[in-house]
Amino acid sequence: MIGGAVMAEQTQLHATGIHKSFGSLAVLNGIDFSVHSNEAVGIVGPNGAGKSTLLGVLSGATLPTRGSVQLNGAEVGALPARERAKQGLVRTHQIPKPFSGITVFENVLVAATHAGASRQSEAYDLALDALQICGMMAVANRPAESVGLLDRKRLELARALATRPRLLLLDEIGGGLTDAEASELVETIRKLRERGIGIVWIEHIVHILVQIAERLVCMDAGRIIAEGTPDAVMRHPEVVKAYLGGAPA
Amino acid sequence: MTIHRWTWQSKLTFALAAVVLLLLALVPGFASGGVIERLTVLFIYVILAAMWNALAGYGGLVSIGNQLFFGLGAYMTIRLADAGINPFAAMALGAGIVAGLSWLLSLFMLHLRAGEFAIGMWVLASIAHLCVNLDPLIQGETGTSLISLNAYAIDARRVLIFWAALIGMVGLLALLFAVLRTPSGLAMQAIRDNEEAADSVGVNPMRTKRLFFVLAGFGTAVAGALWLAQVSAFQPKTYFSVQWTAYMIFMVLVGGLGRFEGAILGALIFFAAETWFADTGVWYLVGLGAVAMLFSLFLPKGLWGWVETRTHISLMPLGYRVQFDTQSEQGR
Repeated sequence: MIGGAVMAEQTQLHATGIHKSFGSLAVLNGIDFSVHSNEAVGIVGPNGAGKSTLLGVLSGATLPTRGSVQLNGAEVGALPARERAKQGLVRTHQIPKPFSGITVFENVLVAATHAGASRQSEAYDLALDALQICGMMAVANRPAESVGLLDRKRLELARALATRPRLLLLDEIGGGLTDAEASELVETIRKLRERGIGIVWIEHIVHILVQIAERLVCMDAGRIIAEGTPDAVMRHPEVVKAYLGGAPA
Repeated sequence: MTIHRWTWQSKLTFALAAVVLLLLALVPGFASGGVIERLTVLFIYVILAAMWNALAGYGGLVSIGNQLFFGLGAYMTIRLADAGINPFAAMALGAGIVAGLSWLLSLFMLHLRAGEFAIGMWVLASIAHLCVNLDPLIQGETGTSLISLNAYAIDARRVLIFWAALIGMVGLLALLFAVLRTPSGLAMQAIRDNEEAADSVGVNPMRTKRLFFVLAGFGTAVAGALWLAQVSAFQPKTYFSVQWTAYMIFMVLVGGLGRFEGAILGALIFFAAETWFADTGVWYLVGLGAVAMLFSLFLPKGLWGWVETRTHISLMPLGYRVQFDTQSEQGR
């Protein structure tokens, strides 16, 4: 089962002094960020703020130029994404990346087999549980290339869930969806919270983000400029300036 | 809810395949020498197509240098037989050595992407060709022969090579089928579709690709050794020619890229085309090229892909199917 008893064990992720440069372009400038599996943290910020790069560094898809990433006190900064996934830290992608040549169930089974389960029968159960949570049973046997955007977003989520995550990193999973579709997704994410899975969620659609996030972090130009409750952060002068380029009303 | 991996069609296919293989094993008892030799060629084509499909169809590793393994398989057989090893044992051992070399090559070749990998493999095949030419035993492009096969009477030799090719084909197809049905087979398809996403959910891309690279190297080397046994003569430029990979590409494109049945069907079509049209000389090659081009434009999933899309029949299923016991289980 995804979540549940496994979550009794608290998971902590600490990133300190994270710098990331691409050539002469500094994208992250000394980020300190922490989260644990009881939390739901939202990350907002204008385009180019470095949010997705930070998620990449946390998940292992991108190696930082400098800085430390610790999971439950152990340094994981040099570990590839696959090893972090096996330790309960997994991400979804902003642009869905389905394995288009295989079915929806097989997409999820890849994750269950390689990161979530040790036995085949356990992997089947885990994959089916992930599909059930994400409302994808009806399309389980369809080729992944044939499903629409909402189902591709759900598939990203289901595949990540099949790794049995303790902390889930969501990269603009609501992007491109209608309000109704985004609300459906929020309900699914709420179910994950009930199962004790920690969430770090980058999202531009703030009104859906605040339905889940207990804490909000705002980034701009590779730095964290504000952090706290969603209300406080959205009223923070620097946040207003970053988004609107002016003073709060 | 249950997970199914076999269908009644697939069970029937395997039963029929067992009967056909049994009949094929008995062919030398009643068929002419010419038929035995042509069937041996067909078995070699099936191996070549299946191995190229294993890399390109399931792993997205499109190579235009698989003649590297083919040539090395033949060369290693010549070398080992020259050292006094029984020629049939030399064929198996030679292919094993090529598998070891494939593992070494994988350490750097699998870091190359798409076109780099394709061309890199061709470059490696050309380098191997030149290196083999330098071996005094081979005498440059003059070449040599697998003379130790002369110890067998010509009829007995023909039958032994036929059986070796049949066993090689069945063994390699069974091995590939088994590997593709393991979690590594599914992982390989995930890597083909998106390597970064596969890595993010626990798949080790390098280890998985290496497994298939070594398997393809071994299988193609077996084909090279069998071809050598069939024709006896070894001239490096014949074995290390890109024409072999062109044939593999044709067979898989026409049969169905990334489909187990497709490679076998493609080999049968190629074999038939060669049997009927090879005498037409250059027009035969023009025809092959035109057919491959038409397939990639209008039937990119190949013949078997076309059949599969329309009928949803999988005779040799590799995947997993969720079977719902009640309607409510399927509801969102």
